[in-house]
Amino acid sequence: MPDQKKRSRDSTANTLIVAISVSLVCSILVSASAVMLKPRQLENEDLFRKRIVLEVAGLYESGIDVAETFTQVEPRLVELESGEYSDVADPAEFDMLAAGSDPELGIAIPATEDLAVIRRRAKYAPIFVIRDGDTIEQIILPVYGAGLWSTMYGYLSVSPDGRTVRGLQFYEHAETAGLGDQIDKPDWLAQWPGLTLFDADGNPAIEVVRGQAPADSTHQVDGLSGATLTARGVTNLVHYWVGPNGFGPYLDRLAAEAASNE
Amino acid sequence: MSEPRRILIDPLIDDNPVLLQVLGICSALAITTSLLPALLMCAAMTSVAMFSAAAISAIRAHIPNNIRIIVQMTIIASLVIVVDQVLKAYAYETSKQLSVFVGLIITNCIILGRAEAFAAKNPVGASFLDGLGNGLGYSAVLIVVATCRELFGAGTLLGYTVLPLTSDGGWYEANGMMLLPPSAFFIIGLLIWAVRTARPKQVEKPDYQIHEVHRTEVL
Repeated sequence: MPDQKKRSRDSTANTLIVAISVSLVCSILVSASAVMLKPRQLENEDLFRKRIVLEVAGLYESGIDVAETFTQVEPRLVELESGEYSDVADPAEFDMLAAGSDPELGIAIPATEDLAVIRRRAKYAPIFVIRDGDTIEQIILPVYGAGLWSTMYGYLSVSPDGRTVRGLQFYEHAETAGLGDQIDKPDWLAQWPGLTLFDADGNPAIEVVRGQAPADSTHQVDGLSGATLTARGVTNLVHYWVGPNGFGPYLDRLAAEAASNE
Repeated sequence: MSEPRRILIDPLIDDNPVLLQVLGICSALAITTSLLPALLMCAAMTSVAMFSAAAISAIRAHIPNNIRIIVQMTIIASLVIVVDQVLKAYAYETSKQLSVFVGLIITNCIILGRAEAFAAKNPVGASFLDGLGNGLGYSAVLIVVATCRELFGAGTLLGYTVLPLTSDGGWYEANGMMLLPPSAFFIIGLLIWAVRTARPKQVEKPDYQIHEVHRTEVL
């Protein structure tokens, strides 16, 4: 008897039945959990990015209501090539990454100019303006680029004249745990505020050096030991996004406006 | 000791999946740089181990022999995805630190090893306990390793400063090597040594031994 039972268990029909039903049950389980948890995950992601924007702006303290504090932030859309504000889309809803791969809204970046190794980018970028009363306090720019393993996504906060760094934060990356992931640690990020974005000739000058940056340097940051390629990626992405193919025209416009206001 | 208790308690020290069977080392190296992600990983791993063992055991009489590994992998992979989704929904920030390693639970030898060795032959309740025991055995090692690495590598535990670092004006010079994967090997090696000293039964017989030959006798 047991012998007969064994044969039927290993029969082709039973193999198919078990394979199909196991796959069916498992796929239902997986898709049900994915669909049910999706809204919560999106909410988490959204809140997390808002928190990073607040952190880079220096408005974040643990325990605050992120969604409410975020209402102080004014989203705007910038046309990168001209550096002018644009109204083609709602800046709060504009998805820069999706727009980058869109044939209408995105452009391909020539390989020679693609410092951040992102291949395509959107023609527009959503930025955040932080005001204190009527005066602009700082401007937060989205930046991203390739590190060692992953694309690193972050926000760079600059002064209203677009010349000085106010802060840098990354909200998504998959760099080596314990080495490259120092890019989102407060100790390392604390070196960024106050750095000068450009050298005397107006070229992007920020550099993550190897080893320790000189204490009096205005555009060098300590290297990440064991994560040279991640560090190089950070240098390159900052260069790309503040350079002429990124926010360069916009930052120049800010500088010109600040100069004419004086 | 009663049978269910033995199934549950044995994998903690006497039959620890990491220390005795030396399985699941990859994740033990990767996510033990700090304690919080390690704890989350333990919870993820233990729940996958429990439920996959129970599910596989429940249908063990029907699984055809020739596709049994694939069926087991399907069940394990599905559970891992569910756990990953739950973590992203309820522990978003820590799950970001774990990145790919939750997904890699699928390839953790402990889970498939227990499925093959135990759940495929034993009733549901016992398999569930076996999964729980092995998950806890793995967790115990991870927690010890992560505690050592975070404490001596960064001077903190769960992010709170325990040993103030010299870089912050304290007295403790952080041991950077503790944050690198090899240190997990050293700590696991020391743990294995300690456990085998306490439980000499675990010491393996040498595969190969040189016998002394007395030439005079041969001649």
